Amino acid sequence: MARIITAREAAELIPHGASVMIGGFIGCGTPLHIIDALVETDNGDFTVICNDAGRPDFASGRLLSAGKIKHLIASHVGTNPMAAEKYTKGELELTLVPQGSFAEMIRAGGAGLGGIVTPTGVSTEVENYWYVDRVLEIDGKKYLLKKPLKADFALIGGTVCDTLGNVWFKGTTKNFNVAMAAAAKTVIVGCEKIVEPGEIEPENIHIPFNFTNYIVCGGGLNG
Amino acid sequence: MDKNAVKELIARRVAKELKDGDVVNLGIGLPTLVPKYLPENVTLILQSENGIIGVGRLTDENKDVHITDAGGNPAAIIDGGCYFDSCTSFGIIRGGHVDATVLGALQVSENGDISNWIIPGKMIAGMGGAMDLVSGVDNVIVAMLHTQKGQPKILKKNTLPLTAAGCVKTVITEMGVMRIRPEGIVLEEFNPEYTIDEIVAATEATLIISDDLKPML
Repeated sequence: MARIITAREAAELIPHGASVMIGGFIGCGTPLHIIDALVETDNGDFTVICNDAGRPDFASGRLLSAGKIKHLIASHVGTNPMAAEKYTKGELELTLVPQGSFAEMIRAGGAGLGGIVTPTGVSTEVENYWYVDRVLEIDGKKYLLKKPLKADFALIGGTVCDTLGNVWFKGTTKNFNVAMAAAAKTVIVGCEKIVEPGEIEPENIHIPFNFTNYIVCGGGLNG
Repeated sequence: MDKNAVKELIARRVAKELKDGDVVNLGIGLPTLVPKYLPENVTLILQSENGIIGVGRLTDENKDVHITDAGGNPAAIIDGGCYFDSCTSFGIIRGGHVDATVLGALQVSENGDISNWIIPGKMIAGMGGAMDLVSGVDNVIVAMLHTQKGQPKILKKNTLPLTAAGCVKTVITEMGVMRIRPEGIVLEEFNPEYTIDEIVAATEATLIISDDLKPML
């Protein structure tokens, strides 16, 4: 059974240098209240695995502004100029991963797979990136074998969570959250509302409770 | 032509490439104008890579912080549309279940290579979903200005890092409509505001002029 804790308690679980997956797509589906609490801690040097760099001082962008990210693994950083700026100055290690591979490498990390085999990135400089193990040819077509992604923590931005840890997502907030919940050792779900088990129909559960370790209730999505 | 007229012209011509019922992913910027110019009997099913099939029309009433598009801006959904996670979304994209994608480019080569995610030393945006889209979707339509500050963007060989090789089918600019064919890049339609010589001069690639050249639109 998951434990219900405060955002501050959640942030304090995350040690200096930890690898942290953060769900959401430019902040939509990101547990903003946990990020805010993480900014307040003394810890940093995080490896952050998040689709994007948020916006300046918003979502994962808050951790970037606070200088808490050592290595960012993302698919797109164009919505927050600080990412490119810090990278150019040598203040940030940046790994770019095509978005579909990013999602699937996280899924592989959580699903016990040794990697993914995808055509995305063939004949581009991605072939030489660290997460590409090798170029394969299957039935005459080229593919890249990309390694799985795992992390110490996943910060999930759910909508409704029951006290066991089952999670339901509204709208487009599911995005990377579902795959991340399986790919991290410790999973912290931020949500807007906590309900009793049974209140979310079993058919409508997007993250099964067995993945969830901690729940933080944060009220509305943007406040 | 002023900038807005140019964008409208390109979007209007791209709209003619798409068929009723096509599942289409539109890139950020100019491509998002395309639905405005669809004929009345053509309805597209818009896919958004952050997890929507059936993107709808946003109104003041249906605005919800839980629903955004791939640019992170507020979005809406049609009746019968659905939401899914990113693995499903990119399964749809890579698996060939999207009929067409319309996106911008920094450079396109005469054999259909595309570059649109990084200018080393200048602009680091990241590829986002673009690499998966151009690798997985069969009909890749590039909608862009023909030149950038007077410099050709349609080249013999791209100088910027590639997004993917040999994937572009059609390039639509304010100067004309070009198709990537086995023999090279073929100008099939042209904007009569320009002469063929002007179009050739604005193109670094070897532009093959179609025997059946027509005015665009």
